[in-house]
Amino acid sequence: MNQFKFRKVRNKLFLFSLSIAAVVCLAPLIMVTSFMLQKGAASLDLDFFTKLPVPVGEAGGGMLHAILGTIYMVTLGSLMAVPLGLIGGIYLSEYGKGGISKALRLATDVMTGIPSIIIGIFAYILLVVPFKSFSALSGAVALAIIILPVVIRSSEEILKLVPKHIREAGLALGLPRWKVILFIIVRGNLSALFTGVMLAIARASGETAPLLFTAFGNMYLSYSPMEPMASLPVQIYTYAISPFEDWQRQSWAGAFVLIILVIGVNLGARFLMNPKALKNFLKRSSS
Amino acid sequence: MLNQQTHNATPTKSIAKKLSGAYGDKVAKVFMQTVALAILALLFLMVYLLFEMSLEAIKEFGFGFLTSTDWDPIMEEFSALPFFYGTLVTSILALLIAAPISVMVAIFITDILPVKLGQVLGLFVEMIAAIPSIVFGLWGLFFLAPIVREQITPLLKSTLGFLPIFQGPSFGIGVLTASIILAIMILPTITSISREVFKSVPQHQKEAALALGATREEMIRLAVLRPSFSGITGAIVLGFGRALGETMAVAMVIGNSSRISASLFAPGATMSSVIANEYAEASAGLHLSSLCYVGLLLFLVTLVVNSSARFIVWKFSPIARSARKDKRA
Repeated sequence: MNQFKFRKVRNKLFLFSLSIAAVVCLAPLIMVTSFMLQKGAASLDLDFFTKLPVPVGEAGGGMLHAILGTIYMVTLGSLMAVPLGLIGGIYLSEYGKGGISKALRLATDVMTGIPSIIIGIFAYILLVVPFKSFSALSGAVALAIIILPVVIRSSEEILKLVPKHIREAGLALGLPRWKVILFIIVRGNLSALFTGVMLAIARASGETAPLLFTAFGNMYLSYSPMEPMASLPVQIYTYAISPFEDWQRQSWAGAFVLIILVIGVNLGARFLMNPKALKNFLKRSSS
Repeated sequence: MLNQQTHNATPTKSIAKKLSGAYGDKVAKVFMQTVALAILALLFLMVYLLFEMSLEAIKEFGFGFLTSTDWDPIMEEFSALPFFYGTLVTSILALLIAAPISVMVAIFITDILPVKLGQVLGLFVEMIAAIPSIVFGLWGLFFLAPIVREQITPLLKSTLGFLPIFQGPSFGIGVLTASIILAIMILPTITSISREVFKSVPQHQKEAALALGATREEMIRLAVLRPSFSGITGAIVLGFGRALGETMAVAMVIGNSSRISASLFAPGATMSSVIANEYAEASAGLHLSSLCYVGLLLFLVTLVVNSSARFIVWKFSPIARSARKDKRA
């Protein structure tokens, strides 16, 4: 009887500690979001989106240049990475048996695991050293290398879910394989593929490390790919480690905008996807 | 099969027709193979350029790079040991905090909570992974660091102060704060992989344990945790790999000091944080090259850790093995 009680108590204690763990796990999420809501939203105003930075000491100013810079570089990076990534993913799911596909799958795994700061070094050596200037282009290339493996991964996973008989039905109708792939498999899963791409882009747009010494950042509007360009994350970093209170406030506002942007795109993309693919992607995305 | 059928068609086809047949297939395949090879080439180029850039430092310091403790850009003395040490200490400490919590949360989601509620909790955990590193850094700098300085440090000092790791002054920013942030950031990684591992435990195995009169705790211990051991190990090692490479949040709260200190309250630096902090300002060739060398080492370490995690998960886990068999069947 005594032992029975002991087991029961232990069971209760165990369940209790599990719930505690869940609370501890969620606490940082709540603390981070509430901190950003308080500090960030309070420091946010319309000027933030429409004005350029002002010199230290003057009040006001915003981060228009950084917001535009992030959009500019993320778009440029996506234009480079997304087509390649989709083709790679299609290749892996449709021709996934040969030596090249095995090598590509391994390379994708390796690339996913590379710390983003090292991708920054690579883009620096590749584009900053030869042109002797920090540039938006090198930042975009760094972001592209971050997006690429994620897109390959997600599109492979999504297309693998297409049942075999759909491919066979297409082939049985006499369609060549590339038409089956392009007009049946890819077209039928466009929204899911789109979600995978958006998740990758959302992830890249929050990256700071690869932009630190590629795009570098500046304090004015610039549209040239060969010049340094500001980005939201780098601007937040620069302001956060500065000793000026006004700048620190701006960096909270920036972080608030960034978190809304990234989580908004992330959640929006997830719920666009059909539930089956969503489930599978959640399974694989982090493994 | 398809190729043969189309090959038998009349040889006098227009180009358009050719493209729609086996010829088109070949073009498409070759095109995709080219892209695949290009992506492979990109990876090799990355490693090669990184190596080439570090060559100067490799020649200068060789393996002594990992044994000496001086990092002095002015005297041009460089060594990776303080950063290697910092990376190791922060990552291990982060694992010690995060691993038990994430495994418990994973069990909570897969085996205790109702399915719907579990999915919601799972989504929240995934959201932690979506928060950009810089936001964690900002939060750590302005929210967590003061808490560590004013609450956690006195608590640790009064209870465990006799240990050398809990001595010395605390400024809030330092190894401990960086480890806590890292722990938060690797929580979702370990949780979601552990969830996968637990999910692959056959339902009848759990039911059998319950039918024998086991409590839920015993059922989980015997029927879920024990067969998942290698899977959990793999998840933790993968979390470790994530922690090693994390840059911005750590760079903002660790204090960036290249001195090795036994105290967890002291500032330190990690391999990635030193690159983030010094790279843009490094002007001398040797300094730049040494930073690249640090990057190369970091790359190799994460590569080894990530591959071994994958190896553990896929080779040693009986559950994963049977799951793979099921998938094939």
